Amino acid sequence: MTTQVKYTTPEGQGGRYHRWLLASAPRSRYQARLGRAYQAWLTFRQNRLAVIGLGIIIALVAAAALAPIIAPYPPNAPDLSIRLAPMSAEHWLGTDELGRDILSRIIHGSRLTLYVIVLVAIIAAPVGLLIGTVAGYAGGWLDMVLMRITDIFLAFPKLILALAFVAALGPGIENAIIAIAITAWPPYARIARAETITIRNADFIKAARLQGAGPARLIWGHVMPLCLSSLIVRVTLDMAGIILTAAGLGFLGLGAQPPLPEWGAMISSGRKFMLDQWWVAAMPGIAIFVVSLGFNLLGDGLRDVLDPKAEGQ
Amino acid sequence: MITVRDLSVTFGRGRRAVPAVQRVSFAVEAGGLYGIVGESGSGKSTILNVLSGLNRRWRGSVTIDGDRQAMQRDLAFHKKVQMVFQDPYGSLHPRHTVDRILSEPVAIHRLGQSAARVVKALEEVGLGPEFRFRYPHQLSGGQRQRVAVARALILEPRILLLDEPTSALDVSVQAEVLNLLTGLHQRRNLTYILVSHNLAVVAHMCRRIAVMNRGVIIEELGVETLRDRSPQHPYTRQLLSASLGYDRQAVAMLEEFDMDAY
Amino acid sequence: MTALLDVENLHVTFRTRKETVEAVRGVSFAMGREKIGIVGESGSGKSVTCRALLGLVRPPGTVTADHLLFDGVELRQADPRHMRAIRGRRISMVMQDPKYSLNPVMTVGDQIAEAYRIHARASQAEARRKTIEMLEAVRIRRPEQVYDTYPHEVSGGMGQRIMVAMMLIPGPDLLIADEPTSALDVTVQLQLLAIMDDLVQQRGMGLIFISHDLNLVASFCDRIIIMYAGRIMETCNAAELHNAQHPYTQGLMNCLPQIDTPPGKLPVLQRDPAWQDGSL
Repeated sequence: MTTQVKYTTPEGQGGRYHRWLLASAPRSRYQARLGRAYQAWLTFRQNRLAVIGLGIIIALVAAAALAPIIAPYPPNAPDLSIRLAPMSAEHWLGTDELGRDILSRIIHGSRLTLYVIVLVAIIAAPVGLLIGTVAGYAGGWLDMVLMRITDIFLAFPKLILALAFVAALGPGIENAIIAIAITAWPPYARIARAETITIRNADFIKAARLQGAGPARLIWGHVMPLCLSSLIVRVTLDMAGIILTAAGLGFLGLGAQPPLPEWGAMISSGRKFMLDQWWVAAMPGIAIFVVSLGFNLLGDGLRDVLDPKAEGQ
Repeated sequence: MITVRDLSVTFGRGRRAVPAVQRVSFAVEAGGLYGIVGESGSGKSTILNVLSGLNRRWRGSVTIDGDRQAMQRDLAFHKKVQMVFQDPYGSLHPRHTVDRILSEPVAIHRLGQSAARVVKALEEVGLGPEFRFRYPHQLSGGQRQRVAVARALILEPRILLLDEPTSALDVSVQAEVLNLLTGLHQRRNLTYILVSHNLAVVAHMCRRIAVMNRGVIIEELGVETLRDRSPQHPYTRQLLSASLGYDRQAVAMLEEFDMDAY
Repeated sequence: MTALLDVENLHVTFRTRKETVEAVRGVSFAMGREKIGIVGESGSGKSVTCRALLGLVRPPGTVTADHLLFDGVELRQADPRHMRAIRGRRISMVMQDPKYSLNPVMTVGDQIAEAYRIHARASQAEARRKTIEMLEAVRIRRPEQVYDTYPHEVSGGMGQRIMVAMMLIPGPDLLIADEPTSALDVTVQLQLLAIMDDLVQQRGMGLIFISHDLNLVASFCDRIIIMYAGRIMETCNAAELHNAQHPYTQGLMNCLPQIDTPPGKLPVLQRDPAWQDGSL
């Protein structure tokens, strides 16, 4: 496009920071990077559902960080005199079979949920990224070997494999996390490999090779940054599934053990009272639903912002 | 500076093998401007890929600056020989700033003084320091190609391989980039090999020109021969007349040098 | 004689939340059954102009004009069905890349035959016969064999000939060719132009040839329209291009490398801001 383009935004208006961030000639790498992030945020902001999703995730993080302060009662303080109390001004979401405040337990349970999510993401995403980019870049027999291993893991149903691992390692939240992480990485490896193969023959990779860049530098500095965005989107969208798997293991008694206020375990203990005291099981269920929805909305929004195919046009 | 003897490249194996370059030989002296012209599939870009080290399956001998080249090249080679690609939209990393793009080779070769080198390289290709921290998507096609030239020059190479460097650009921008390349050649005493399908561009830039068709150099000639309209080979004559514009009579006389066999 | 196509004050504007782009700003021209070339650099609005003529500008783009007369019919008032009938049957367009314009899962011949049958209720056998005739007309050897190939099996030059055959089979009055040859080798390019040239002459069609290659357009067309930044800078007869008045046209011609020019600096086009908004 030549100069007949008439910009009505974004430069020229807005505050000082706005203008600094959108400067067409940034003065440092730092400013350029921040400007790019800010532009992404401006695009993201236009998707209202994604902003709601982000709000839910921020609320989850805040609840986890401030749990002891905002929770009205301690999570594990039984009071049998008020067991299975319905919703009231004292206990907004009622109490469970041991008279513990459900709201407080959900708030404290957010820590466990976040713990699972973060650990799975830290373990599974980098493993998948590394295996996928190396396989895609190297090609040949290394690609064959790595991808067949990936296929083996991919062939097991997720929950069954997790069950097998937990059965072998013993129940507990850490083992549940390891089990979920082991089943979560293969799709990421697949995505990263597919992206790498399309990038591998790009001219900018050839140019870097002609400068003498070795495979490690190429994969780390040139290939991975381009795989990252689709991976982030996928991981975010997978979060809902990971929460559900963790809750499922908890429900089956193989994840977090009582009296930990894990949401899945809470539903499990509430199912005995399902018909008469429905809130005991329903409230943690709603929490799982809302957080899963939040991650899905956020993932959709991120896809719009980060999708590399829409870039540079 | 560059001597190529009996270079052959074959794509694929066995029954599917397609000869891309067949027993090609040529030589370029230091400071020379050598052009390779041909239509798509003639093998001209394949030769550049062999010279640069991107293609590692070839036969024959390639000598650059007195050193017989193997398939695998070392760091010292890459410092000496650099390449500029055709598509300015595909040859810059979309997530790297101009600064990162230019300092990457400096880091690889551990040359030091990265910032000073980057600013100097930008200046040399006619871009101000305000371009330093931009991303490629904030640049026009011509500016991107200047960045690509700067990236090639930052290692201070002696040989520059140019693969259709202006084919993707508008004619006015093409003129600017060609002028830039001409100026750099004079200032730095570089050796150029320019590959293009555009006879006028090659004739403008180069002294000696190889005409390729179907993997073979069918004629090597000086630019004066083109100006005199006196090339020997009928294919070259045809290419020459075609590049002068449309002429209904001339088209009727076009010979098939095995084009359009689908 | 009334003009085949008469465009008056055409504007195309793309309005998005972020910015407003005026791609075409007040383009007017009239043409008869002749070969007219539209030349300009990227972003000059040359392709958008032709899309607007065919009603192919999609939202958020908006098209306005004082009039858009094709053979006496006002295109702006044509309803979508009428527009579809005109497009294809009376005005055809050949795009730059045949790979994107041909249906990959249908044989080449069936696609051309279908294009024919949509406009001229003919039997299958007759459509096939017509198609093979048309393939011969664009000088494809062994047309029966090519009839049964799929688009990915043909070369770029062949694909573009097939496109031309497909566009010409309904017998349009106006053919719009948007950079139909720029992806092709120079000799193949000239052969394709010769095919279009002959067909235009035989059938008395009008041709709009869009290109960035001033040399080629000057040697191929009767008249040339030179566009810059969405506006027409100058219209001149192809034979008199070397006498062009406008500094932009002169600049474009001068910055082309020539086989005969001695090496050295090429004159660089200096863009005058007045070309954008000033009077012409």
